[in-house]
Amino acid sequence: MPSITRDEVAHLARLARLDLTDEHLDRLAAELDVILTSVATVAEVATADIPPTSHPLPLTNVFREDVVHPSLAPEQALAAAPAVEDQRFRVPRILDEE
Amino acid sequence: MSAQPDALLPFADAVATFDPVLGLEVHVELGTATKMFCGCPTGFGAPPNTQTCPTCLGLPGSLPVVNRVAVESAIRIGLALHSDIAPWCRFARKNYFYPDMPKNYQVSQYDEPIAVGGWLDVDVPTPDGPRRVRVEIERAHMEEDTGKTTHQGGETGRIHGADYSLVDYNRAGIPLIEIVTKPIEGTGASAPEVARAYVAELRALVRALGVSDAHMHQGSLRCDVNVSLRRGPDQPYGTRSETKNVNSLRSTERAVRYEIQRQAAVLAGGGRVVQETRHWHEDTGLTTPGRSKEQAEDYRYFPEPDLVPLAPSDEWVAQLRRTLPEMPAARRRRLQADWAVSDFEMQSIVNAGALDPIEATVADGADPAAARKWWLGELARVANERGVEVGELPIFPADVARVVALVESGALTDTLARRVVDGVLAGEGSPDDVVAARGLKVVDDDAALLAAIDEALAANAEVAEKIRGGKVQAAGVVVGAVMKATRGQADAARVRELLLARLGVSG
Ligand SMILES: [Zn+2]
Repeated sequence: MPSITRDEVAHLARLARLDLTDEHLDRLAAELDVILTSVATVAEVATADIPPTSHPLPLTNVFREDVVHPSLAPEQALAAAPAVEDQRFRVPRILDEE
Repeated sequence: MSAQPDALLPFADAVATFDPVLGLEVHVELGTATKMFCGCPTGFGAPPNTQTCPTCLGLPGSLPVVNRVAVESAIRIGLALHSDIAPWCRFARKNYFYPDMPKNYQVSQYDEPIAVGGWLDVDVPTPDGPRRVRVEIERAHMEEDTGKTTHQGGETGRIHGADYSLVDYNRAGIPLIEIVTKPIEGTGASAPEVARAYVAELRALVRALGVSDAHMHQGSLRCDVNVSLRRGPDQPYGTRSETKNVNSLRSTERAVRYEIQRQAAVLAGGGRVVQETRHWHEDTGLTTPGRSKEQAEDYRYFPEPDLVPLAPSDEWVAQLRRTLPEMPAARRRRLQADWAVSDFEMQSIVNAGALDPIEATVADGADPAAARKWWLGELARVANERGVEVGELPIFPADVARVVALVESGALTDTLARRVVDGVLAGEGSPDDVVAARGLKVVDDDAALLAAIDEALAANAEVAEKIRGGKVQAAGVVVGAVMKATRGQADAARVRELLLARLGVSG
């Protein structure tokens, strides 16, 4: 049994707002299955006393002082916007907005 | 929004039949100088997109770094709520696609909040005085605020047929602390007041801590209100609705009341409550359905790889604990004892938002009773007229203390004092400025008063006769005429004395 189903890939694609064709889904489901199976071999050697690693570096408490740094000029901030109006990013209508 | 108005059961019937359970999620925007993960400033009301950088815009190659003061504020809030501070915790990515976050995720905390458990005691006003309710806290965690979206189009759009949204990312990345209660049970008919009192107490708490200005109308303190109903305290919880972004204390109370009535009508009619997000509408006092939560949201949380874990040491936490100020409830008890006021009076002071101004006025030398009289009387009336909190009026506690002193010294009568306060509120300067500019002072020249008395007697000959005949209570008419003639600048008691002496009768 594959470790990820085609339906699960379709679900992830929808969450990521990717419009995938059936062909894509077939291919990605197979590729992701290989990746997940490979990763699963790591789980076999990891015993209960090894916590899942989220951060490889043994660092904690990295802080920045609460000091203002200059922001971008609005023209710079908006330079990559798909469209601009009233110095704001103009985006397609958001559903479920008040 | 919704085509049909919701059916509502009368509130008394609703709470007679059903047992409400509340859950409150309060977002507090911290008052740090900079954002949570970058050095952009956080000032309210700046022109759109002037407080952004590659990090808070989610541009490739940028990396977040945690604001130390934001973490300290979170820990101090946790300590003030009697929470346990996590010795080790991580940030998490909450993934979703919505243009209010340019990164397509929000950095939050998921199953490892910085503060766990705790409680907050709140005083719920009742006709018999305040009743103390302990609200249990589930957790408090850190996250970043989102940008502000404005919808254009539909009926309100300026461009015909336009239908799109505009986004300002100034707010994106401002540190938020979300404080979540455990289910609040057993409040019955007082559920709306409990919700309000809790939010008010939390607001007082974060202000006392100095971590947020907590202005609900500016959105720096926002409340999501969860309400569910069940048949009785021994029954399992009912399905809840979550009303978003309730932005005043009054709305908190109203939203809870509304949801109780709406859900009760659904359940009484044999229907089932839908688990959904609802929007509160300040203008109409209604909630309308938003996103249905029937399909659970899938945010795919995972530990934020760009931020290393937090591990507050015992020493650091102990040091922060030493910075905690007197808690609002303790302060209220202390002031109530100092001012010798009843529970009921104290409740009025707190409800009027007059605690800080009265305390400051007393600190500036005024008698507590006189300070209270001004802030709960004339000033509360003006604040109400202007639709602001009494503390937001353009008059300083020191001004009020000065007016009180002028009245006590006899330099002003009560009538004149009100005119001085009017002047200060009208922006004419300090009380002394107003006194000088308007020429307000008690006419204490007996000769001038006697002249005015003679004039008034001449104009009211019949009354004068009555007084001479022993009807001393008629003196009020003449005193009133003299006060009018002197434009309120005379001391009424002195006028009465002089008048009676003039007519040869004893008071
Ligand atoms: Zn920034």
